[in-house]
Amino acid sequence: MSQQQQPNRTLIIRLIAGAVLMFGFGFLLVPLYDVFCQVTGLNGKVLNTGPVQDVNADPQRRVRVQFIAVNNESMPWRFRPEQSQLTVYPGQMKQTAFIAMNPTSSTMIGQAVPSVAPSEAAEFLHKVNCFCFEQQPLDAGEQRAMPLVFVIDAALPEHIKTVTLSYTLFDITPDTGPVAAVTEEPERRNL
Amino acid sequence: MGSVEHAVSETEQHGPAKGITRWLYTTNHKDIGTLYLLFSLLMFFVGGCMALTIRAELFQPGLQLIVPEFFNQMTTMHGLIMVFGAVMPAFVGLANWMIPMMVGAPDMALPRMNNWSFWILPFAFSMMLSTLFMAGGGPNFGWTFYAPLSTTYAPPSVTFFIFAVHMMGISSIMGAINVIATILNMRAPGMKLMDMPLFVWTWLITAFLLIAVMPVLAGVVTMMLMDIHFDTSFFNAAGGGDPVLFQHVFWFFGHPEVYIMILPAFGVVSEIIPTFARKRLFGYVSMVYATSSIAILSFIVWAHHMFTVGMPLAGELFFMFTTMLIAVPTGVKVFNWIATMFRGSMTFETPMLFALAFVVLFTIGGFSGLMLAIAPADFQYHDTYFVVAHFHYVLVPGSIFSIMAAAYYWLPKWTGHMYNETMGKLHFWLSFIGVNVTFFPMHFLGLAGMPRRIPDYALQFSDFNMVATFGAFLFGFSQLIFVYNLVCCIRSGEKATARVWEGSHGLEWTLPSPPPYHSFTEPPELDKNNTGQS
Repeated sequence: MSQQQQPNRTLIIRLIAGAVLMFGFGFLLVPLYDVFCQVTGLNGKVLNTGPVQDVNADPQRRVRVQFIAVNNESMPWRFRPEQSQLTVYPGQMKQTAFIAMNPTSSTMIGQAVPSVAPSEAAEFLHKVNCFCFEQQPLDAGEQRAMPLVFVIDAALPEHIKTVTLSYTLFDITPDTGPVAAVTEEPERRNL
Repeated sequence: MGSVEHAVSETEQHGPAKGITRWLYTTNHKDIGTLYLLFSLLMFFVGGCMALTIRAELFQPGLQLIVPEFFNQMTTMHGLIMVFGAVMPAFVGLANWMIPMMVGAPDMALPRMNNWSFWILPFAFSMMLSTLFMAGGGPNFGWTFYAPLSTTYAPPSVTFFIFAVHMMGISSIMGAINVIATILNMRAPGMKLMDMPLFVWTWLITAFLLIAVMPVLAGVVTMMLMDIHFDTSFFNAAGGGDPVLFQHVFWFFGHPEVYIMILPAFGVVSEIIPTFARKRLFGYVSMVYATSSIAILSFIVWAHHMFTVGMPLAGELFFMFTTMLIAVPTGVKVFNWIATMFRGSMTFETPMLFALAFVVLFTIGGFSGLMLAIAPADFQYHDTYFVVAHFHYVLVPGSIFSIMAAAYYWLPKWTGHMYNETMGKLHFWLSFIGVNVTFFPMHFLGLAGMPRRIPDYALQFSDFNMVATFGAFLFGFSQLIFVYNLVCCIRSGEKATARVWEGSHGLEWTLPSPPPYHSFTEPPELDKNNTGQS
């Protein structure tokens, strides 16, 4: 019987190890997915941040940059770009802003998540500074212009004439999703 | 010496314990196989009642019977119960009963773990079904539980769902370890891997798939748990996560999962067709390699479930072509079954009828799968009833019919009695008609644009929905014939011989019917007629 148990034990240990490894692999898929998206620019996330020095600036070329502001479901802020589109040349550093206003009667925190279309343009959009790097707290009724400084890389493929930069604003106020809605209620009635 | 041997053989021939403890404490592969099969039959009816609830609501346009929130819970629970509660435990039950007898082993390699892996399941499913009675209702996000529907917008009962999935996963992994250990270490002396019956082969491959992907499922529900309760942001875009990641991880599990539900069915059919065609299986070796190729390919095709999430063209093409590649080994199998029947002296007993219906209807499901694999066409079919028609064709007349075929094929072996052949044939024909009347119109509904998982629909879909509902009730109620036949077969019936079927071959048929509680305590002698390959 012990002759039988020995190969069983080694096999079982290997199989359990396999199962544990695959459990780990499930979690490994998370960073792998990020790396994959970074390499391919797949999910339109902007990953190039910080200051840039572009020597290949091409003032002759024109690229249209469009800005879109979207509120995630249940986010009550008013959120819009200062200018809906700009024309820049690759290598040109440009500043614009998004305007956010908190119409509720309580302090809230927002977080903007960017996305670029077409996705192959994502890796050529550098953000020198962006309000999306940080959480944005707004007091009740406060309005603020949130700055964005960006550069389009000169290596942007020739066929891309328009780049769309979209921000989705999420409500990340801790624990106040329903509370904010409640405090908003009397305000509406007053109106 | 002689007296010692005598004493040992007497104690080894003891029968099962008496009363309920026989089933609670059992480590016998036959008892555990029976438990698995009866449990899956129960879940089949629970999930079936949910399906009939769905179909009854869809009988006419408009909302008649149930509210949309409950409809969502029904579609979700129907899928989860049928996949994890009916099909998978049924195949594990067949594996428990048949694998030791087919490879000439006295029992499974790890009998106590076997007991545990079964007895986890009733608790897991009680927990899952209890969510239907909780505040906020049960899971309502579809059986694929896409985030953020299953995280941010989920009912509070989602935590119970997560733990139920964890328990099912543990049960499946333990079952798979047991199957692999039994097959690799406990074959009768002289039985090489390429001598094994094809049902054993397909289960060996399935068990490896289970070990590879059930932990990934456990991982993805753990990530959901952390997103819901511990403020992580795996799938929450506001925190830097990505909901699309959920779909990738889920389908990395999900696609091999659909082969987990069909590979043992291939094995069953590969046992039954040679028996009733009275020929050996055509192309045994190619069957083994085809099954392995399907298993390997299943790991690189997952994103064909999500062509519409916004993938680059290269990705769409990759997943489209690899998916189509799977049709090649599957075609090899289908042609091998046909070649097995070619010029055989066939008879059409109930198991054979179910197996033949499997070959025909599974192939139809396979072809609609090929249509769905075409990425540009999939944009049209995505999330329509065409998809519902496709996967029900591969799961109901695919997996379920093969389980029914297996039950009829081995029932005389298990119980020692022949089932009632007339009732069996009646069950088959009503099921066959019911399945096609239910699911064939869904192809047309899907092509015409009816979305899945919606309790109401536009008026032009009324007629086909009415037809489908009639078919569903016909199919559902004809399963009661099976239960009646099963009960009759267990309690009485004509005595079955050891061979049962004239053309049967394999070690399980060398045992008497029913087999003794402990079989093959002495390794059997192998001959040409006892192995899978001629």
